[in-house]
Amino acid sequence: MTERSATTSPVLPPLDAVGIVREAGLTAFVVFALTFSLVGFKVEDVPGGLDIVTRFDQVLAATVLAFTGRVVLILLHKRRHLPVILVGLAIAAVILGLVVAARGAPESATAAWLPFESVVVNVLVAVAALVLAGRAAWSAWRRDVGVSDEAVELAARVHKAAIFLGPLMLGFAVVLPFLPFADRRLLDIAILVVTYVMLGWGLNIVVGLAGLLDLGYVAFYAVGAYSYALLAINFDLGFWVCLPFAGIMAAFAGILLGFPVLRLRGDYLAIVTLGFGEMIRVILLNWYEFTKGPDGISGIPRPTLFGLPFTRTDPDGGETFHSFFGLTYSPLDRIIFLYYLILILALVTNFFTMRIRRLPIGRAWEALREDEVACRSIGINPRNTKLTAFSIGAMFGGFGGSFFATRQGFISPESFTFIESAIILAIVVLGGMGSQIGVVFAAILLIGLPEFFRELQQYRMLAFGAAMVAIMVWRPRGLLAFRDPTIRLSDHDTAPEKQT
Amino acid sequence: MLEVSGLHAFYGHIEALRGVDVTVNEGEIVTLIGANGAGKSTLLMSICGNPRAAAGRILFEGGEITQLPTHQIVRLGIAQSPEGRRIFPFMSVLENLQMGAAVTDPGHFDDDLRRVFELYPVLEKRRHQRGGTLSGGEQQMLAIGRALMSRPRLLLLDEPSLGLAPLLVKQIFAVIREINEQQNVTVFLVEQNAFHALQLAHRGYVMANGKIVMSGSGETLLADKEIRAAYLEGGH
Repeated sequence: MTERSATTSPVLPPLDAVGIVREAGLTAFVVFALTFSLVGFKVEDVPGGLDIVTRFDQVLAATVLAFTGRVVLILLHKRRHLPVILVGLAIAAVILGLVVAARGAPESATAAWLPFESVVVNVLVAVAALVLAGRAAWSAWRRDVGVSDEAVELAARVHKAAIFLGPLMLGFAVVLPFLPFADRRLLDIAILVVTYVMLGWGLNIVVGLAGLLDLGYVAFYAVGAYSYALLAINFDLGFWVCLPFAGIMAAFAGILLGFPVLRLRGDYLAIVTLGFGEMIRVILLNWYEFTKGPDGISGIPRPTLFGLPFTRTDPDGGETFHSFFGLTYSPLDRIIFLYYLILILALVTNFFTMRIRRLPIGRAWEALREDEVACRSIGINPRNTKLTAFSIGAMFGGFGGSFFATRQGFISPESFTFIESAIILAIVVLGGMGSQIGVVFAAILLIGLPEFFRELQQYRMLAFGAAMVAIMVWRPRGLLAFRDPTIRLSDHDTAPEKQT
Repeated sequence: MLEVSGLHAFYGHIEALRGVDVTVNEGEIVTLIGANGAGKSTLLMSICGNPRAAAGRILFEGGEITQLPTHQIVRLGIAQSPEGRRIFPFMSVLENLQMGAAVTDPGHFDDDLRRVFELYPVLEKRRHQRGGTLSGGEQQMLAIGRALMSRPRLLLLDEPSLGLAPLLVKQIFAVIREINEQQNVTVFLVEQNAFHALQLAHRGYVMANGKIVMSGSGETLLADKEIRAAYLEGGH
């Protein structure tokens, strides 16, 4: 087979074996140096004190895997696809085989052959090997050279496929609560992911479309949450009445932020928005009479379905959801309802964004992102354009905040720290700025996976960071950086025809 | 149509315009030539309100526009093709043109689009291409096309020949004449390429150190000895 690949692509330069070994050796050394102290020694609780356990077998495994991985990567770059496929498949098969064989028997002899203690790490290594093999197979089949073009092409293809992929994912999202494997844990994760998808879509208006780097988006989330909580508790109003108010309050906060930053751009804008996010949090923390400060607000009313509560019995003696529909009571009902609630809110955000991109104001946002001077020279008012982007983006953040408050039943300033803004922004940037479907993938990746990887414990955030670095290395403009024009003319005819 | 009188403008503490008087009559092509840093682009930008005039007046069709914000000036019927083209690089050609029509009645869009495509057929060929992937000449055509989409009565052009091959320069200038004659658009053209600009223009102004130092019809200026020595010798 190697002969065949040599004959089909005779231009391949010979491999520099010494160089490859040197480079791979260097990588292995770095991995060894890092893992020797971090992984090699473990402090363990034993009766009567602490003990140090050595795990040099795992250090050795990591070093050998790093060496192999580096060699394979070099081979991939030199377009020697076959060995990459074979090695990748072999590693994946061995590890996955051992994982399956040792399942349920962590002390067995089979388990001792696994490179790492943690099942998740083992599976991750296998997945990485499979991805490498798949990539090699893909480029062997395509005989492709340009990596960056490939990225754009892939993004374009995914966006074309979005016509089918979107409804497909939507269909999956709709039936998710009724699938056999949908338990409480999965639904909770799904609610969390969809919440962040919605926030990502909201922030996408500000960052992706209008190009205004906002590091304080969580402020609007907080304003929405507190608006709902305070209105509901002080005036005894229901969720549906408060929702628009919360949105309006958040939009107002957006305008409040927007005014002083009208003249700022780029880094300077980012700093001010960062400060704004912190200001809101500090105000919430210190205005004790109004917000109960660090104690937070508890007992926030749960949402109802047209007045039907999701409780076992209605405290006022009225109908509840299950009695009205003649169902048996299940605590899962409320979770499913919350899931659909956030799904609908997210879809409204998405639909709104897709529509407004084709309207003059949406086009003005995009033009503003590209060139503010040019915008002014064609008669666009940059002030109003920026303010609408800030306020509309903030409004969706406010809706998200209301949902958060009603889902948790308790809010405190601690929920609205800078890390939330950073995660939402990361979702938008990693998804590929302005890409709606990219936000979905990035939210699943950034929110869903860490939830599933709780087993990694303190290394969870390390894995999170590694995933972000990996995306930025391979997809520097985001997972799906591709912009679909909002207007097209049909090719055989010059009559303008707006695509919907 | 456009009357600039006693205009002063500053960049910080630097006085870029020191009392400029310029008049552009309806239907004319007027050109402004001068060396680098003479204040040509500043004058064009100040007409659009950025930098704002520190002293002096700017009248457009009899109305004062000196203190208006840029976007309102543009809505009065002045379109600008700014220095360095400044097209929207990630938007398609068609979207760029659509943005040009942002402030006009959308009912004209189809007609205006057809007219721009007639002037620059290459834009029609490239209509789905991203603006940033066009060649320099095509980007210039797009910048002028975008300015025309707002149905201006006065078109301000800042160095449309910048960085273009001689053949393309000729083509760009020929189209400017066409725009002026057939579509009745008054043109105020800032140029370094004095020879072509003066050939094209009905009248011309020469600027140096923030002041107008000479003015006259295109032919007179072309024939002038000092101008030949300062801006034309060795060039053509």
